[in-house]
Order: sequence, then structure tokens, then C-alpha cells
Amino acid sequence: MLELLWLIPILPLAGAAINGLLGRRMPKALVTAVGVGAPLASLVIALGCLWQYAQEYAPGGRTFEDVYYLWTAGPLQIPAAFMLDALSAVMLFVVTFVGFWIHVYSAGYMGHEEGYSRYFAYLNLFMSAMLLLVLGNNFLVMFVGWEGVGLCSYLLIGFYYDQPVPPAAGKKAFIVNRIGDFAFLLGLFALFAKFSTLTYTEIFPRIAAQPGLVTGEYVPGFSLAAFVALCFFVGAMGKSAQIPLYVWLPDAMAGPTPVSALIHAATMVTAGVYMVVRSNVIYQLAPGVSMFVAIIGATTAIFAASIALAQTDIKKVLAYSTVSQLGYMFLAAGLGAYSAALFHVMTHAFFKALLFLGSGSVIHAMGGEQDMRQMGGLKKHMPSTYWTYVIGALAISGVPLLSGFFSKDEILHAAASNHQWVLWAVGLITAGLTAFYMFRSVFLTFHGKFRGTHEQEHHLHESPPSMTVPLWILAVGAVFAGYVGVPKLLSMGRDLNRFHHWLEPVIAVPQGLEAGEHNLGAGMEWALVLITTAVALTGIFLSRSFYGGDNGLAKGRTWAQRFPFVHRLLENKYYVDEIYDALIVRPLAALSRFFWKVVDTFLIDGAVNAGAFLTELTGDVGRFSTTGNVRNYALYFFLGVILLFWWIAFA
Amino acid sequence: MSVPISWYLLLAAALFAIGTIGALTRRNGISIFLSIELMLNAANLTLVAYARQMDDRTGQLIVFFVMAVAAAEAAVGLALFIAVFRQRHTIDVNRMNLMRW
Repeated sequence: MLELLWLIPILPLAGAAINGLLGRRMPKALVTAVGVGAPLASLVIALGCLWQYAQEYAPGGRTFEDVYYLWTAGPLQIPAAFMLDALSAVMLFVVTFVGFWIHVYSAGYMGHEEGYSRYFAYLNLFMSAMLLLVLGNNFLVMFVGWEGVGLCSYLLIGFYYDQPVPPAAGKKAFIVNRIGDFAFLLGLFALFAKFSTLTYTEIFPRIAAQPGLVTGEYVPGFSLAAFVALCFFVGAMGKSAQIPLYVWLPDAMAGPTPVSALIHAATMVTAGVYMVVRSNVIYQLAPGVSMFVAIIGATTAIFAASIALAQTDIKKVLAYSTVSQLGYMFLAAGLGAYSAALFHVMTHAFFKALLFLGSGSVIHAMGGEQDMRQMGGLKKHMPSTYWTYVIGALAISGVPLLSGFFSKDEILHAAASNHQWVLWAVGLITAGLTAFYMFRSVFLTFHGKFRGTHEQEHHLHESPPSMTVPLWILAVGAVFAGYVGVPKLLSMGRDLNRFHHWLEPVIAVPQGLEAGEHNLGAGMEWALVLITTAVALTGIFLSRSFYGGDNGLAKGRTWAQRFPFVHRLLENKYYVDEIYDALIVRPLAALSRFFWKVVDTFLIDGAVNAGAFLTELTGDVGRFSTTGNVRNYALYFFLGVILLFWWIAFA
Repeated sequence: MSVPISWYLLLAAALFAIGTIGALTRRNGISIFLSIELMLNAANLTLVAYARQMDDRTGQLIVFFVMAVAAAEAAVGLALFIAVFRQRHTIDVNRMNLMRW
């Protein structure tokens, strides 16, 4: 089956081509069959490959690599090759599994929308690019996938292109992403300049064997490792929405909700984390940059969580939640806990996709309404949606025994083991905030009395099976996905953290964490777990007292009235977009206008127009020589002859 | 006693000058053609004079060609003038100035 690995990204690509080129003339059932069938085929092949990999390659810690083509351009040799190792296996599973169920959900959600075939074409194209990203065996193939998902993000955010907001949001996403891509490219150039290759299996072993290659000073103040690590992380800032390049993610909610689930929760935004984990060898040799990564991650986590507290659009709450959880992942990666970061990627994919799809179900029932202030009491109308959403909320809040608990706990444990108590505290507070705002959305949406219009109330209905079945499947994942990573503490001494062991071949264990694993003592570790759990539950109960019951919204409003300044600050997302607009967008627009009006119109066009003007002037003057009088012409002949004679005779 | 060649050349030059002035100055189209023929014949005279002086009959051969060309040119030119006359009812070259600015 592993010889079919290359089909995994190719089948969705073919699906995209078929639906994109011929979809308009195909019956909807065929569009659905192609659009959902391609990811299904990818999933089946992926599962087969994963099974074969687990049987034959994993036990020896070997990787499967297959080269399909070799591009050569002078000294540059780029293989078009895929690799299946422990890391890409995890990502492959997450992307194909969650991706497939979101495609199924989309068939129901987008069933009555115009542009149905275009939607599936773009979504399949996205799957193809994302799979390329995770399966590539070198940084360039990863970059191709990286750019591809950025493109599809733009296309899908701006899906409703006839409305004013989506195209602008799509542009914003693409442009902000590009800033990160630029830095990523710089990192790639630096790496290539040193190693003349971009293949993982050629670079990482060389660095691991000879760290001196990358630790000498490369740029003032930075070693090559630090430079590359920093450049890569800026790329991750853009793709995975960290401070300061996160601003596109909330705007990206203008796209259809399944898009938000797939791209902006489960897969594309985790590409940055994947990239950092893949490059863990480099990050370990750049401790300063790694700490920077951790700090940015933690700051982003708490910053975004605080904004989510005051958002009224259910999708915006989830968007900021995603930014916040991505912060957790980078916090882990920065501390050297790469497997914890990846673990959180996996669990987050399940529960965040679940939450988004649940919100989509709600929006669908509300006839397109996304404002939670218009909702309320939906639990009796949509039981499946309600219960799966609650499961997702419990998971993300880190309630014990669900997946989020295990992954979040491992991240906080990493902070504590490394004695980074500030980061630990930030992570803890964010966990509390997360529980609070997630259950705020639960109470405002599903509990209490309905606050919308009568027509909306009549329209309320549970979603069709094409939408609820994926919800339940993802709910099962959200509950059980954590069990592959049970920490030693809770497993009564038995080492059940399969996830960590699975990743060992790929992740060189950093000195800090190895030592740190055992330096806290069982008592301290139990205390930390209990504190975390207590904080999460406090968040949930506090949220219930604020927003539970029949008058949840009104009760919550009184709190907003008591702290108007804070509330306004949070609701307006700390005015970051406005600050960017004033500091960056406007000066840039003014500069553009200068280049346009002065340089282009006045100077360049002026120069060309001046040439034309001179020609015209010459013509206007010169035309008087065409008198039409033959005798004048004869005179000119004669003068010319004399000139010729003179020239031949004397010059 | 032979005539010094300079006389012939001087005569040819004088004829040529007269022809040129005539071609540039006359109003009547036919007169202009006359002047042009005069210039051509001046050239012929020069050619024959040198042919005699250098004892080389090539010069005389060239004269034949020149005369044939002159005749053809006159024929074409006169045909042109007839065509113009049919339109303009005049052969005053001053009146043929359609190509003015």
C-alpha cells in the first residue's frame, strides 16, 4: 500500500480539477460523489499506508521515502518525494480523517448554496495542498504545499465573492500570510546556502552529528540555527496566527463554516506547528529563539482568550479560541516539548473542528444568524448539536478524561518541569479563560430562552444526518483521542504515553525536558494536575453563574456595564486592527498613492508623453516644408545634388 | 586642327546651367520637360567629348542609352501631364499643389 502513497495528495487534486472544470455541468450528486469520494479514497489509502508503516517501519524507527522525480537547476536538486515517518504519519491521519468528515458535513451544509461545485473544487484543492505539505520529504515540497493552502484559504474565505466583506477578508489573510512566507523563504535560502539541500533526511542528521555547523555566528547576534529558527517561526506566525500576524484569522470567519473548521482550526493553521516540530533539531540549537517562541505562544494564548470573552459572534469566539490554542502549541514547542505540541494539534483538530461544525449547525438552523445575542434555548431544538458541542467545550476546557485534558496538561507540565513558572501561570489562567468563554458560548447559544425573531424560531430544526454524523464522529475523537498520550503520573507507573514514544525517532529529546521529566516529584505533579482541573471547573461554573439560566444574556450584560472600559477594549479586540490600519496600512496606502501620482503618472508617463509631444511639435513645424509646389521640390533636388557633389569632391 | 576639348565641356556646362534654371523657373510643364531634355543633352555632349578625347567609344555607347531613357521619360511625363490636364485643365505647375500641408 505504501507504493500508493503518492495518490494521497493526487486524488483530491484530480477531484478539484474535475469539479472545477466540469462541475457546473455535472449533476449535484456527481459533484458530491467526486468531491467527497476523493478525500475518502485518500483516507482509505492513508489508513492502509499507516497500517503498513506501523507494521514494517515504525518498530525499527525507519522512514518510508519515495522519490518520484528529481528537478535539477544547476546546483539545485529538488526531489519531488514523499516521506512517511512518525511525524508525518500523525499529521496524515489528522488531515485525512478530519478532512474527510468535514467534506461529508459540507455536502449537507452547502447543499443549497450556489457555487457548490466550486466549493468542493477549492476544498479538494486545499486537501491536496495540505497533504503535499505534510508528506513532503524536503522543505521545498513543504513550501509548495504551504503556499497552496494559503491560496485555497484565500479562495475559500472569499467564497461569497459578491458580498463586500469576504473578498477583503480573503485578501487580508493572503497578504498577512505572505509576510510570514517571506521570512520562511529567507530561512530556506539560508539553510540551502549552507547545506546545498533542503531534504530533511540530509539536513537534520548532519546538524545533529555536527552542531558546530550551525552554531557559529551567521548574522550579528544570531547563529545560523537561530537565524533559520527565527525566520521559520515568523513564517509560522503568519500561517498559524500568532502575535503579531494573527489578525487575519478572525476575519477569515467570513468564509463558509466548514471552511473555518477545516482550514482555520484543524489543519492549515497547524502547518506552522508541524514545521517547527519537523525542524526541532534546529530549534534545540537555538535556545534564545525557542524561548521567544514559547513567550509569543503564551502571550498569544492569553491575549486571544481575553478577546474571546467579549465576542458576540459565535464564530469569532471560536476563531480567537483557535488563536489561543495555537499559542499553547507554540508554548510547548518553544519549551522543547515537541510531542506535547503535536499532541495538542491532534486533540485540538478534533474538538475545534467539532465546535466549528456544531456552530455551523446552529447557524444553519438560525437561517444564517451568527450573533449569540439572538440565540438561546436551542438545546431542545437541536439535541445532537447541543450534546456534541458540549463535549467539544468540555474537551477544550481541559476537563479530565477528555482529550484536551491530556494534551493541555502535558503542555503545562512541560512549563512546570522547566521551572518556567510565569509561562505556566499564563497557561493556567488561559485555561480558566478558555473554559469560561467556551461555556459562555454554550449557555448563550443553547440555554435560556430564545431571543431571536419569530421566523427564526419557526425555522429552528436539527440538522440532517450528513451534518450530525460527522459531529458525533468528531465527538468520539474529542473524547478518546487523548488516550494515546496518558502521562506516567496518571497511569499508575505504567508508561502509557504511546504518543510520545511514537514520535521519538523524529524528536531528539532535549536535555532540559529529559531531566525535567523527573525533577518535580509525584506529589508536586499531582498538585499541578489538580490545580489545572480546578481552574477549568471554576471557569465553567463561573460561566454558569454569569450566563446560565433563563436570562443569561441580561445577566452577562450587567458585568459588561460594571467594567465598561475593559469590556469595550475586549470587544474591539484591543483595537489592534485599527492600530495596524493607522500605523501600517495608511502610510503604505499613502506611499502607494505617491508612487502612483508622482512617480508613475508624472515622471514616467510624463517622460513618454514628452517624447510624443516633441514628435508632434516637429511635425507641426516640419509640415510647412511640404508646399505641394513642384518647383520647390525641384529646388530641393538641385540643392541636394550640389551638396552631394561637394561632399564627394571635398570631404 | 582640332577643337580643344574644353570648348565642348564649357558648352555642355552652359547648356546644363540653362537647362537647370529653366527647370526650376518655368511655369509651363512642357517648358520644364524641354529644359530637362536640354540638361540630358548637355550630359550627352560631355560624354561624347570625352569619348573622342580618350579614344574610347564607350562614351558614345552610353549616349545611346541616355537618349533612349530620355525618350521614354518624356513619353511618360507627357502622359502624366495629359492625365493632369484632364482633371485640372491647366499645366501650370504652380496650380498643382494638392500635396501641400
